[in-house]
Amino acid sequence: MAERGGGLEVRLAQAGPIPLEVSLSCAAGEVLALVGPSGSGKSTVLRCIAGVIRAKAGAIRVGGETWFDAAAGVSLPPQRRGVGFVFQNYALFPHMSAVANVEAALGHVPAAGRAERARALLDRVNLKGLESRRPWELSGGQQQRVAVARALARDPRALLLDEPFSAVDRSTRQILYRELAALRRDLAMPMVLVTHDLDEAAMLSDRMSILHRGRTLQDAPPHELMARPANSLVARLVDLKNVFRARVHSHDPATGATLIDAMGQRLECLQDGRFAPGAEVSWAIPGSHVILHRRDRPSRGERENPVRGAIADFLALGEIVSTVIRVEATGEHLQVTFPLHVARRNGLEAGAEVVVSLLRDGIHLMPD
Amino acid sequence: MDWTALRLSLELAAWTMLVLLPVGIALGRVLAWRRFAWKPLAEGVLALPLVLPPTVLGYYLLVSLGAASPVGQWFESVFGRALVFSFEGLLVASVVFNLPFAIQPMQRAFEAIPRDVRDAAACCGLSRWQALLRIELPLAWPGILSGMVMTFAHTLGEFGVVLMVGGSIPGETRTVAIAIYDSVQAFDNAAAGVMSAVLLGLSLLAMAVVYATGSRRESRRG
Repeated sequence: MAERGGGLEVRLAQAGPIPLEVSLSCAAGEVLALVGPSGSGKSTVLRCIAGVIRAKAGAIRVGGETWFDAAAGVSLPPQRRGVGFVFQNYALFPHMSAVANVEAALGHVPAAGRAERARALLDRVNLKGLESRRPWELSGGQQQRVAVARALARDPRALLLDEPFSAVDRSTRQILYRELAALRRDLAMPMVLVTHDLDEAAMLSDRMSILHRGRTLQDAPPHELMARPANSLVARLVDLKNVFRARVHSHDPATGATLIDAMGQRLECLQDGRFAPGAEVSWAIPGSHVILHRRDRPSRGERENPVRGAIADFLALGEIVSTVIRVEATGEHLQVTFPLHVARRNGLEAGAEVVVSLLRDGIHLMPD
Repeated sequence: MDWTALRLSLELAAWTMLVLLPVGIALGRVLAWRRFAWKPLAEGVLALPLVLPPTVLGYYLLVSLGAASPVGQWFESVFGRALVFSFEGLLVASVVFNLPFAIQPMQRAFEAIPRDVRDAAACCGLSRWQALLRIELPLAWPGILSGMVMTFAHTLGEFGVVLMVGGSIPGETRTVAIAIYDSVQAFDNAAAGVMSAVLLGLSLLAMAVVYATGSRRESRRG
C-alpha cells in the first residue's frame, strides 16, 4: 500500500452552535487520542477534520496541503480531503456487501482493479471469506473491520476513528485493540482516535489530548498526562483517584523541595516555583508512589512524608488488593492497590491501622 | 364501462407520477435533511391538500389557472388554448393535490438514512450525484415506491378537484371517478358498479404493494 507522510495540524475556534477552541497536531504514523466526556466536542472535531462540518474559524493542514482555512476562505469538500473515517456505528452502506462497501471508496482506482483491491483490503483486516456478506450478516467486530478496510481504501492522508470500539463487546474489543495496534505499525499517516475510555486511549495512543467543553486542556503522552495533569480539572477528567488540596508553605532551594500543608501535616514535594507560599493548590499522587510501612522492618523511603491512617475499604481482586486508606488527621481517602502477598504479610484488613509514605517525587502540584 | 375514462385516469395517474417522482425526491430530501427557519411553514403548505376540502383546493386552482390568471394567460399564449378544463390543467391540479402523498413517504425514507451513512459516502469520495444514485436512492426506494403508488391510487380516486378544474369532458377530463358519478346520475348502476369494482381492485393492489415493500424492509433490518 502506498503510504504518504505528512502531519496533521488542526486549529478550530467558534462560539457556537458547539463551542470550540481546539488546537492539536498529530505526526505521520502517530496515534493521537482525543479524550473527553460525552458532549466535549470530540466527534465534532473529527467531523471538522473530515470536512462534513465546518468550523467558523481556524485552519486544518495535512503535510503541506491546506484543507481548511477560514481566514483565506478555503474549505475543501470531504471528497477532496482524502480522509479515512471509521464512524462510531461504522455507517456501512447497508444495501451493499462487505466488498462493495470497500469498493465504494475505491473511486480513485481504475474500475478493473477495484474488486481485487477491495478483497486485498478485507484480507488485511482478517475478513477473508466474508466478502459477499451484507452488514447485517456480520458481527459487530466484523462490521468494524469492514469500516476500517473502507477507511483505508482511499489511501487516506489521515485516518480518523470515532469511538471505533464502543459498539462491540469486551472480548471482541480486546481482539480489535490488538488488530489495530498491529495495523498501525504499517500505516504512515496521522491517526486520530476519539474515545471516552482512558485505558483504551492510554493503550493505543502515542499522545492524548484532553478535550472539555470544546476546549483542548492538555496534550501529552499518556503516562505524562496521568502523572502530571495540567490542573485539577484534567486530573478529574483522566480519573485520577488521589487528588487533594493543600496550601503552599514555603520553598527550600537548599533541598530542592516545596513544603505544603496537607492531610493535617507538612508534606515535602519536589520544588515547584509556579506557586507562591500561601497559594491554594491541588495535588495528586499516583498509587505507585504510596509506600506501605512494613511492620517487621523499616521500608524504603519510610522517613518521606509518613501519613497515618486506617483501612476503610479492602477489596481483593485476584492477585491484587484495592484499599482505601482513611487519613487519620483529616478523614481524606487515599486509594492504593497492593499485591495480595504484601497485604497478607502486613495483616491488611478492614479497620487495620497503617502508616504509608507519600514519596516526594510522586507528588504533583497543580492549579485548581 | 367507460373505457375512455379509465384510460384517461390511468394516463393522468402515470403523468402525475412521472412529474412527482423527481419533484418528490428533491423536496423530500431537502425537507428530510435541511434545517431552515420556515421549514414548518413549507411542510404545512405541502400538507394542505390532505386537509383542505377538494372543492376549496379546486376553487383556488381554477382561479389561479384560469384564463384571467398569469399562468392561464401564459399557457394560452404558448399553446393557443385554455389550461382549465383541459388534460394539462387537470395534470397541474393532480400534481398539486398529490404533493403530500408523494413527498411525505419519500421524506420519511430519506430521514431514515443516518447522517453518518451520508457522511461516510462523502468521506469515501463519492460525489453528490454518486451518493444519490448509489447510496441514497437504493436506501430510500421503498419510501419512493410507496409515494409513487399512493400518488397513482389517489389520482385514480380523486373526484372533487377534478370536477372543479376539469369538469367532465369525455376523452379530455372525464376520469373514472367522474364517470362513476355520471353513471349513477343517469341511473346506470351496472356501469357504475363495474367501474367502482375496477377502482377498488386497483386501490387494493396499490395498498398491498405499499405494505409489502414496507414489511420487506422491516424483515431485512431485523
